[in-house]
Amino acid sequence: MTSTFDRVATIIAETCDIPRDTITPESHAIDDLGIDSLDFLDIAFAIDKAFGIKLPLEKWTQEVNDGKATTEQYFVLSNLAARIDELVAAKGA
Amino acid sequence: MNLEYFHLIDRIADLRLEQRSITVEARVPEKSTIFEGHFPGYPLMPGVLLIETMAQTSGWLLIALMQFQRMPFLAAVKEAKMRSFVTPGETLSVEASVIHEGSGYTMTEAKIKSGGKLACNATLTFRHVPFPNPDLRGHMEAMAKQIGFPEQMITHD
Repeated sequence: MTSTFDRVATIIAETCDIPRDTITPESHAIDDLGIDSLDFLDIAFAIDKAFGIKLPLEKWTQEVNDGKATTEQYFVLSNLAARIDELVAAKGA
Repeated sequence: MNLEYFHLIDRIADLRLEQRSITVEARVPEKSTIFEGHFPGYPLMPGVLLIETMAQTSGWLLIALMQFQRMPFLAAVKEAKMRSFVTPGETLSVEASVIHEGSGYTMTEAKIKSGGKLACNATLTFRHVPFPNPDLRGHMEAMAKQIGFPEQMITHD
């Protein structure tokens, strides 16, 4: 079974034209992969569709802006995959 | 339409919140300074203004869906196709529908028809935020009344 990280990495590679082999679980979407906020909307759209969820981007952005969270918590891909798994689990609960 | 002031929507003809769709009417003016340059002797509605018309149509739909609490701003245009010329005096029917509601952003599909024929279409992405200031909100409320936005949908804090 394809892991959440692999699915997300494939989405990012296809959406942003980034070589798949350069995307690792440790990659930071913004700092390492250079994805800007507008491109991230396309990624969020593809993730929402693929996983049947709604990434809470506004909440995450607010938490980062308020200093209650770091960008690493949401935008390092292993962490992003974990957040997606949580949202999928919450939806199924 | 008043092209110089970017007033591109004349009237909301149909607004269906459950279907998340809208249809508006817009009449291209016979005369405008825009046509003096685009193009001399061969006036055509610029493609960018057709895209803006689709964006404004989508925008009114989103404002309605967000109960007049947030303002959408155009963020991306995809697959925009200008399929036929639009000329002064034409009456356009503009349709838009939501294809995805994300967190802080929404995507729509929009199309413009003239004489029943598809003139252009695009997929649009909007970011939306609370109205940034009372002036903008007041302006949008005034515009809403002009174009027949349902008054009961204009909520106040």
